[in-house]
Amino acid sequence: MALEKPYADIPGTTIFDADQVRNGYHLNMFCMSLMKQPNRERFKADERVYLDGWPLSEPQKRAVLARDYNGMIGLGGNIYFIAKIFATDGKSFQYAAALMTGMSQEDYAQMMLNGGRSPGWQANSRVPRDG
Amino acid sequence: MANITAGVATSHIPAIGAALDLGKTQEAYWAPVFRGYEFSRRWMRDAEPDVVILVYNDHATAFSLDIIPTFAIGCAASFTPADEGWGPRPVPVVEGHPELASHIAQSVIQQDFDLTIVNKMDVDHGLTVPLSLLCGQPAAWPCKVIPFAVNVVAYPPPSGNRCYQFGKAIRRAVDSFDEDLNVHIWGTGGMSHQLQGPRAGLINKEFDLRFLDGLKNDPESIARVPHIDYLRHAGSEGIELVMWLVMRGALDAQVREVHRFYHVPASNTAVGHVILENLRSPSP
Repeated sequence: MALEKPYADIPGTTIFDADQVRNGYHLNMFCMSLMKQPNRERFKADERVYLDGWPLSEPQKRAVLARDYNGMIGLGGNIYFIAKIFATDGKSFQYAAALMTGMSQEDYAQMMLNGGRSPGWQANSRVPRDG
Repeated sequence: MANITAGVATSHIPAIGAALDLGKTQEAYWAPVFRGYEFSRRWMRDAEPDVVILVYNDHATAFSLDIIPTFAIGCAASFTPADEGWGPRPVPVVEGHPELASHIAQSVIQQDFDLTIVNKMDVDHGLTVPLSLLCGQPAAWPCKVIPFAVNVVAYPPPSGNRCYQFGKAIRRAVDSFDEDLNVHIWGTGGMSHQLQGPRAGLINKEFDLRFLDGLKNDPESIARVPHIDYLRHAGSEGIELVMWLVMRGALDAQVREVHRFYHVPASNTAVGHVILENLRSPSP
């Protein structure tokens, strides 16, 4: 019997569940390697060569090269692991979060100052919070 | 004997640690956050705990996807602040309490609460940011710390009720430790936030305030909140709040709330913080 996934309908959200952990194992472990300075340097020197040293799928590699964080998450990436990539790029969590929402970092930061995204937000709505 | 006298709950947002480390606490954005902890630092100095059992989660630092323990206790003599990708935070090494930690491990496993024993690990912002918020920037932390790590990264985390019952088991373990020790238990993480995907930035003040009230007055009900409610209403990372229930389970049924602070935003997250004291008088 399949596992119950009552969270599947939450808009704009991917839960890092057992299937995602399995699909994302190598992607996330590649990210983990970036916690070491020599690895960060090797990655920055030639990202493609460094990635080819890991058993990632080609779509996973392309998502990393494009810094497509939503893409990485869809392919099993977890935010705390892929954070090692934007940390390597010298970027903040707020930068990455804004990028994933499709907002400018300025608009995103302002939305947070206004109290954050409404819990009633739907994926197709372009308005972050009423009022 | 050892005695749990108080519980603390607080968010452990990494940007707060960075703001403190970079001397930004007086900036307009950060000043309200740190003001919310001024009382807490005075309280911490007066309360003088010998040991803090610090419930937190590792963020892909000590635990990768190679090993994912649901509950883990740090039994080492010391724990080094981790390099999370931009160098370790400039904070003191965390001194453990191996005797009490091992005692808790043996006691709770014999109470049917299985947990992983860790004799060597680095600790990340999940553990060091709460210490900074409550202790400031001392040359050495003022108390021993027992790291108690809960998996909230790989879904599913343990249920709220499991966390709450685990707290009760920890309480029984501490109560049976012979040395006279003033012990605090802290639950960290939360409150509502989502860091990933198009829905990032979600905040739910109503959920958070209801959680704060329930944590104090009706923890049994809060412990029954199912995971889906956290995910849907408090964001995918808001589920960290189950860790606060370990803390609450280790306290008396009746507690005194001596401090509460709630603020939006710190980076992507709602900051929540309470201090709860057990009502019974301390052992003579």
